[in-house]
Amino acid sequence: MARGHDTPVVIEARGVEKTFRIPQHRVDTLKERALHPFARGQYRELRALNGISFDVHRGEFFGIVGRNGSGKSTLLKIMSSIYRADAGRIRMAGRLAPFIELGVGFNPELTSRENVVLNGVMMGLGRRDAQRRLDAVLDFAELREFADLKLKNYSSGMMVRLAFAVMVEADADIMLVDEVLAVGDAAFAQKCMDVFREKRRAGRTLVLVTHDMATVQGICDRAMLVHDGDLRYAGDPEEAALRYYRLNFGGPNGGGGAGGVPDVNVRVVDAHLENARGERVENVEQGEPIGIHVLFEARHELVSPVFGFHFLNADGVPVFGFNRSLEGGDDRVAAGGRVRIAGTLENPLLPGRYFVSCMVSRNRTQGDLALHVIRLLEFVVYGTRPGPGSVTVRTDVVARGA
Amino acid sequence: MSDVELQLRDVRGPSALGGGWRRALELLYLIAVTEFKRNYLGTALGYLWSLARPLLLFAVLLAVFTQAFDLGDRVTHYPMLLLFNIVLFSFFQEATTQAVSSIVSQESVVRKTQFPRLVIPLAVVLTSLFNLAVNLAVVLVFVLVAGIEPTWTWLLFPLVVVLLIVLTTAVATILSALYPRFRDTAIIWGVAATALFYATPVLYPVDIVSTRLRELISLNPLTPLFELARKWVIDPHAPGPAAAAGGSARLLVPAAVFVAVCALAVWVFGREAPRIAEEL
Repeated sequence: MARGHDTPVVIEARGVEKTFRIPQHRVDTLKERALHPFARGQYRELRALNGISFDVHRGEFFGIVGRNGSGKSTLLKIMSSIYRADAGRIRMAGRLAPFIELGVGFNPELTSRENVVLNGVMMGLGRRDAQRRLDAVLDFAELREFADLKLKNYSSGMMVRLAFAVMVEADADIMLVDEVLAVGDAAFAQKCMDVFREKRRAGRTLVLVTHDMATVQGICDRAMLVHDGDLRYAGDPEEAALRYYRLNFGGPNGGGGAGGVPDVNVRVVDAHLENARGERVENVEQGEPIGIHVLFEARHELVSPVFGFHFLNADGVPVFGFNRSLEGGDDRVAAGGRVRIAGTLENPLLPGRYFVSCMVSRNRTQGDLALHVIRLLEFVVYGTRPGPGSVTVRTDVVARGA
Repeated sequence: MSDVELQLRDVRGPSALGGGWRRALELLYLIAVTEFKRNYLGTALGYLWSLARPLLLFAVLLAVFTQAFDLGDRVTHYPMLLLFNIVLFSFFQEATTQAVSSIVSQESVVRKTQFPRLVIPLAVVLTSLFNLAVNLAVVLVFVLVAGIEPTWTWLLFPLVVVLLIVLTTAVATILSALYPRFRDTAIIWGVAATALFYATPVLYPVDIVSTRLRELISLNPLTPLFELARKWVIDPHAPGPAAAAGGSARLLVPAAVFVAVCALAVWVFGREAPRIAEEL
């Protein structure tokens, strides 16, 4: 996935600075202004960005990570012309999606038809173009029959689908998004991921602000860690995520190191399902055993890793799971070494859509510290015997008149 | 996307018209139209209310000023003049009053999208302009029924409307830009707009008030507009703005105020626009 450097730069930031002036007591009224005409000095300066420079290449998925208040959202807002930088320069090439959150600017009193056109124009389309794209948006969102319903009558799920469809169909060259994948259920998040991958193939560039490291590791080509307005690291997303964890768990000095956070960091080489005949499958028949094959590669040395597998239903609710740690003598995996986890499991799942995620943690006497959540697989269980809930269990229960 | 398009361009940050003229105009039109529809087409009697408001105000004021102050006998076509003036002033008042909080009420858009800030107050003015157009159509019916003869000077009336729109837009822009920083702009303007209602020849023509008062009223840039409208549409024998002010030279003052307000609007909005998102 480490492409990018061979394509041209589409976002170039140099020495971007931003300071917010926060009034100590807000001078909101003219009277206060008149009574304290020299009260201007009572501002507290909050330095949000201390001269940040970076490049993003075309077709790259670029993550910006950092803790709350680190300045990452401010940076995104400057890039999308919502705030103005105090110093420095940002240059971009290509058409930019002008909103950073899904569904911004939707008016609940208008129908989705009107909202979609309005949003399209906001994205810089002409009114006719926006009209023309209306159908595509409604189809993608699967909301054609609700086109003339006012948005206030939509369920939140429908709203999210519509908002996402608007963004996808706007087809901007550069998308700047703030925590977009945090919305919706797991199935929707998966759909978002699929669309983003498609966009990447089409040469679109995505800048994503998030504190979900799984997303960063899962889809970003490069990532940048911002802390206290400073650029701490830019490059490999795994490394950026690791440093982020160190900042979060490494105590006040943020140092990490030997006594701090363990160096757990793995990459998925392969993950797939197999049927009973040993063939790779995307989906599984109801009642048929599931063969699971996962191959991880350790980026850094792994000590006593524990792999926690979770099967989640379409709503993101865990259905069941199991843990595995390394079998055999040596409990270590050297940097670059691989771990294969494979086998079959009984399939009690009812028809529907499911996800498999894996949490890699380190087995320690003080307890487990989950560090790394990886979304591995998505699959559908097909069959003709639906039922309530997510699983069937063998039952030996009889009913007779008594 | 070809490499030819890959020209790095500076990101200049938010501005009054960020994103270009065309986009700003399209947005302006769409927002004003949907707002207009939302206000009035939603309910069965919706639009009738917007017509009823100036008509009711007209009925009350007409009763007061013809019965209590016998203006009806002293001014030609007084009822029609009153109705006409109320409709024109309602436009100014409605647009400016609603513009005050317009940017703050669009907070989510301002804080989360790259949105041309100027479009927000302009859309308010445009929505009010639709109302003005419908109201003027109704007034036209009344005027014709009242037996006022159409004259060629009616063709000049749009000029008055254009000037009124420019002034209204300027005031609306200033107010909307100041409100995020000074929240009492809303209260001050509420009082100021009422004061302006009496300081503008809406209820009375300028030529019937005392000379001292007239000098004061003539400073108001709205005054010559209302006097022009009266002369061109209602009563060709009315003195007109120059005579009413006491000489053409005196018109320079409201003209200067007019230009100053417009210049102030450009300056204030240009200054505030880049930082408005941070003030909300």
